[in-house]
Amino acid sequence: MLNSSAPTDSEVVFGILNNSENILKRVYVAYFPMVLQLIINNNGTADDAKDIYQEAIIVLYNKVKGGNFELSSKLKTFIYAVCRKLWLKRLSQMSRYGGDIKDFQDHVPMEDESDLHTERDLQFTKMEGALQLLGEPCKTIIEDFYIHNHSMQDICERFGYTNADNAKTQKYKCLQRLKKLFFQQV
Amino acid sequence: MSELQLTELIERYLNGELSSEERERFEALRRENATIDNRITDHAHFTGLIKQYGERVELEKRLNAIHQEIDVHALTEELTVHPGWVVKLWRNHHSKISVAASIAIFAVLATLYVSGYFNKTSSNVIALRREVDSYRRTTENLNRSTNALLHDIKSGKRILAPSKFGGSGFALTSNGYIATNYHVIKGSDSLYVQNASGDSYRAKVVYTEPAYDIAILKIDDVSFAGLPNIPYNFRKGASSVGEDVYTAGFPSDSIVYGRGYLSSANGYNGDTVAYQVSLPVNPGNSGGPLLDTKGNLIGMISSKQTQTEGAAFAVKSRYLFKVAQQLTKDSTNSKISLNSKNTLMSLSKAQQFEKVKNYVFLVKVYN
Repeated sequence: MLNSSAPTDSEVVFGILNNSENILKRVYVAYFPMVLQLIINNNGTADDAKDIYQEAIIVLYNKVKGGNFELSSKLKTFIYAVCRKLWLKRLSQMSRYGGDIKDFQDHVPMEDESDLHTERDLQFTKMEGALQLLGEPCKTIIEDFYIHNHSMQDICERFGYTNADNAKTQKYKCLQRLKKLFFQQV
Repeated sequence: MSELQLTELIERYLNGELSSEERERFEALRRENATIDNRITDHAHFTGLIKQYGERVELEKRLNAIHQEIDVHALTEELTVHPGWVVKLWRNHHSKISVAASIAIFAVLATLYVSGYFNKTSSNVIALRREVDSYRRTTENLNRSTNALLHDIKSGKRILAPSKFGGSGFALTSNGYIATNYHVIKGSDSLYVQNASGDSYRAKVVYTEPAYDIAILKIDDVSFAGLPNIPYNFRKGASSVGEDVYTAGFPSDSIVYGRGYLSSANGYNGDTVAYQVSLPVNPGNSGGPLLDTKGNLIGMISSKQTQTEGAAFAVKSRYLFKVAQQLTKDSTNSKISLNSKNTLMSLSKAQQFEKVKNYVFLVKVYN
């Protein structure tokens, strides 16, 4: 089932659009070594490589899903360029960046920072923090209802509320608190 | 309508769960009331954000699951650029290597300093002053000549203890001026000169020029009756490299002839005062005359290089002229005019030596 060779670029685009787990896996496996090489030979660790690479895959994923993805170069080159840019940024943040980095692949220059860190990424970070602060059972209720699309009936049974109104009240309070926590964060 | 009910209504509206009648009423309310409209937009946006966040978390989980299946460790090993062993050695041990190198350099410099490498002139060139093993000879003499001593005293002959140092010298003029090296007579208490036939005369230093290593002595002895005319002449100009030369001197107690050639126009380390000559010389040759085959006196033997075979140095005769001039100018009663008439020109080397040896002296130094 697992095809070890890299999928073609158009296969990847259609695979992502169709939520194909197989294609995602194949593209991930195909290009990871390239990025690992880039990172570990430029003062990084395997864990750094994982972070950077996943960030790049998410950038690709969002671009494809957002429908505004036009591949002007090879997908491999695109991924490499994104990772390179992300790693340079990370290095300068850690201030152990002493000049240019050693390249192992061709890459296209990436000038547009907004491609990499969207407003949405920032909000996700805030959302993650707010959910952490929210605590149980609110966190699970919110996740079940708004993310996993469970019905109020399911939630009611799962948390042992005597009737759906109680559950609704609880959910409402949770949502209000979440909003408060979310907007309190800077 | 409470906040709770409103929120529920908004959610149902957004999810399309309202009946058409309810929706018309709600949309009418929305148009009329801007606050309600804002609430709807905000709610849609916020819940949308929660949903998208959930999707992101889900995607990250999927990616992590895929990542689990990759053998990252093996890949890392494979992809790391392995530097050469020299680079590795340097990276791991550069501090130790630096310390070792510093110590090595220091040790070399210290060794060179202690062994006198930096004092080249004093170690490579030795002055040819002869140090006599006086103790052994004193004992021998004591044993041998106690009786002879008495006899000699009776006959009125001059008795001389063996000297501490010895060198050679040669006559500048027939009235008893003798040239030798400054280093031969340096620090002397008293001086005697002895000719080839064994007669000793007391002498005194009349002039020294340490820069050229030249000293002028004067025989100051009642028994000295003067010398016949000097047979060699003093050459003013420079001599050419390659010319055959010879010397006569006292490396031992009797006069020794030495033959060689002029090998360089300059002396040790480019010293312009001296010639380099290829000539076998020994301690005691210092101050001996250097003559060419026609009997021109061209220099005075002064030193030799220790590490090079057959490289000896001789002060150029030009500087003898300089010193003679200086002496004439400085003192009121000394006047030296160097001989310019050569009577050796046509003689063979052996014949020349026979004549020259009468003008070469053993300089005995006591201190």
